[in-house]
Amino acid sequence: MSMRSVAGGIRFVAMLAALAAAFGPASGWTQGAQKTLRFIPQADLRSIDPIWTTAYVTRNFGYLVFDTLFALDKEFKPQPQMVDKWTVSDDKLTYKFTLRDGLKWHDGQPVRAADCIASIERWAKRDQFGQKLMEAVGSIKPDDDKSFTIALKAPFPLLISALGKLSSNVPFMMPERLAKTDAFQQIPEAIGSGPFKFVKEEWVPGSKAVFVKNAAYVPRKEPPSLAAGGKIVKVDRVEWLYIPDTATAAAALNAGEADWYEQPPADILPVFAANKDVVVNTVDPLGNMGVLRFNHTLPPFDNQKMREAVLNLVDQKDYMRAVAGEDKYWKTCGSIFICGGTPFESTAGAEVLLNGPNPAKAKQLIQEAGYKGERIVLLSATDQPIVQQQALVTRERLAAAGLNIDLQANDWGTLITRRASKEPIDKGGWNLFHTWTAAPDMLSPALNIPLRANGDKAWFGWPKDPKLEELIDAWFKASDPAEQKKLADAVQAEAYKEVPYVPTGQFVVPTAYRKNLDGIIIAPVVFLWNVEKK
Amino acid sequence: MFAYIVRRILATIPVMAVVAIFVFALLYLSPGDPAAIIAGDTATVEDIARIRAKLGLDEPVYIQFGSWVWRLMQGDLGISIFTNLPVAKLIQQRLEPTVALTIATLIVSISVAVPMGVLAAWKAGRWVDRLVMVFAVLGFSVPVFVLAYILIYIFAIRADLLPVQGYVSISAGFWPFLSHIILPSAALGMIQSALIARITRASMLEVLAQDYIRTAQAKGLGNEQVLIGHALKNAAVPIVTIIGIGVALLIGGVVVTETVFAIPGLGRLTVDAILRRDYPIIQGIILIFSGAYVLINLLVDLSYTLIDPRIRY
Repeated sequence: MSMRSVAGGIRFVAMLAALAAAFGPASGWTQGAQKTLRFIPQADLRSIDPIWTTAYVTRNFGYLVFDTLFALDKEFKPQPQMVDKWTVSDDKLTYKFTLRDGLKWHDGQPVRAADCIASIERWAKRDQFGQKLMEAVGSIKPDDDKSFTIALKAPFPLLISALGKLSSNVPFMMPERLAKTDAFQQIPEAIGSGPFKFVKEEWVPGSKAVFVKNAAYVPRKEPPSLAAGGKIVKVDRVEWLYIPDTATAAAALNAGEADWYEQPPADILPVFAANKDVVVNTVDPLGNMGVLRFNHTLPPFDNQKMREAVLNLVDQKDYMRAVAGEDKYWKTCGSIFICGGTPFESTAGAEVLLNGPNPAKAKQLIQEAGYKGERIVLLSATDQPIVQQQALVTRERLAAAGLNIDLQANDWGTLITRRASKEPIDKGGWNLFHTWTAAPDMLSPALNIPLRANGDKAWFGWPKDPKLEELIDAWFKASDPAEQKKLADAVQAEAYKEVPYVPTGQFVVPTAYRKNLDGIIIAPVVFLWNVEKK
Repeated sequence: MFAYIVRRILATIPVMAVVAIFVFALLYLSPGDPAAIIAGDTATVEDIARIRAKLGLDEPVYIQFGSWVWRLMQGDLGISIFTNLPVAKLIQQRLEPTVALTIATLIVSISVAVPMGVLAAWKAGRWVDRLVMVFAVLGFSVPVFVLAYILIYIFAIRADLLPVQGYVSISAGFWPFLSHIILPSAALGMIQSALIARITRASMLEVLAQDYIRTAQAKGLGNEQVLIGHALKNAAVPIVTIIGIGVALLIGGVVVTETVFAIPGLGRLTVDAILRRDYPIIQGIILIFSGAYVLINLLVDLSYTLIDPRIRY
């Protein structure tokens, strides 16, 4: 190479450097605006309608953009949120609600009672708790622009709890023009009255969603408490950066390109150990519950003895070690309504599960059931590690007990399609599958969907147990907390007798964030208000 | 020549029609249901059925295909089932990162690989040649994601010279754009370089053994003139072919690189759409890919006429 070409090369590099200086930001790539919170969410935001889909990422999106009439506090009690005052008649049949002053939609229009009525009606078409509420509702009518009345045909003591439902589907309020959208179709835009505005123009599905502070939002005066209280926004802008690769997401947090990584998997946590600027914490103390579901319409699990046999084979410790790793991230839990100080936590009927596996008893039950080695199809999804890990444990446990397990690994999209099939297994049917549910979706008989045993109307697996349904109905009608607790215990005891599903343990997913974040709310749902970036 | 171009362009129509029918059939024969994914884990069978009806997925396949083709003929690629955004807009959002990554990778790989291949052929059998071949073997052997993590660790985490992830449009500034594209294009360029270097070397070796090269050297031409002016020009056809194939592969096949560096490109859009059964995106994007492949092949074929005057269409 000649000296001339070397000099040319140097000139080219110098030119690039000059261009960089001329066009690049002075602060470099690791520095954004001081008040921008860069958040790596648990999943990609695919839909902006939290009524149309139950996806948790859309629920979390909903909490930023929309608001609720009531919201749960940290004692799991519903507190007014958009509602200012409410009254209930002596016969418990008439509820009157008045909205707070100053509530506005993001398009500047005032929030009206008619908007809230349309929102409740749309939500109730999709949510099972809402459907149960609507069975008791006679009419919902506006009294004026700020007030409305719900008239009931029969008392429904859980009405306020329903309107303050914490997790999917959350009864978010929307303008009437959006809430009139068919509940099985998506709303075209996300106009809410929540503390953040969604910037649709900057939304790149699969990569980025942007929110800005809603300057017109009037927060409540009470301090934040779970989903209730004042939603005070302390940043100007929130950027959700979806980073699909966990190692890259961890590196981005370590390098300061992101401020908060919502759900780093357990195996990536050691990456943060050496970084004194990153905090690993559990901000969702309740976490999630693993589930092993039976197909009650097909042999052999149409036989109660076979389901009880499997219950006797389950050791939650095995499942949780496979799913959550370190002991501090999981616990065994016999309560189908979640452990950890929740209102209906109970050990009623859970002795079989809590006393550990009993293979001898399981073997006896299998013999009594007349099982002859028929093939048992266990569906799994390799793209969902929590599902796959549970399925591997189940295969080992059940095969060791002499069951003929056919583990069929699919992707999640295929699994959730196949599980809707009631065909025999030689025509694509199934016997078992695993999933998991966030704790807020299991806190009571109203919320725990896999518990329902109303046959064809029940969740996939279609258990049928009239006694269990009677107990759940009685629970819905109970107004006294002590009576509710007693009935919840009875529901759980019956569930362990009939075994609609087996809980495989309770686990938390820690979160990781930069040390300069403060004010993160301890809750089973990620809320981004009150978070300060110092 | 003009007639040839018109013929080739017209030939893309049946190709794309076959691709469209094949993709449509494949999607509807494979298991999976977007309605079930939308409805969520706690939905009932009735919920899923109602969502299917609203999305029109309960219609007979031939009606769905017919309405898709009808919209396509009007230039409408459809609406994403999940995001409710037009497929054309989603593809447009993803096009720039993919094209930028493709061009940057080509620049990296061609500027590294062609000189290496020429050098290896010129010094065939000597240590330079062996070094180039070791590089080529390494390029093929080391998975892109491993190289990507190594580059991230060295240049983004340890040295803090470049960002870990993401993509910034060139409209936001040249340096932010360049800083985000260097590591992914370097990681991806390694494989491309290995491929191009090997082809260049093989092609050059063949040309360097020709009589006219010996004649040129006997006439006293310098090494540079012999290698670049005579040998490389005559060895260029297979090199251009392999670069063309590389471009086609890069446009659709950079999923791993896009995932590791969190670049919102077309590869990731395709994989995400497949995982959640977002049929309109899958159909739209594969149609676009097939059109792009045909076009690139046409451009490669046309470029032969510039390189080798003996080639005529």
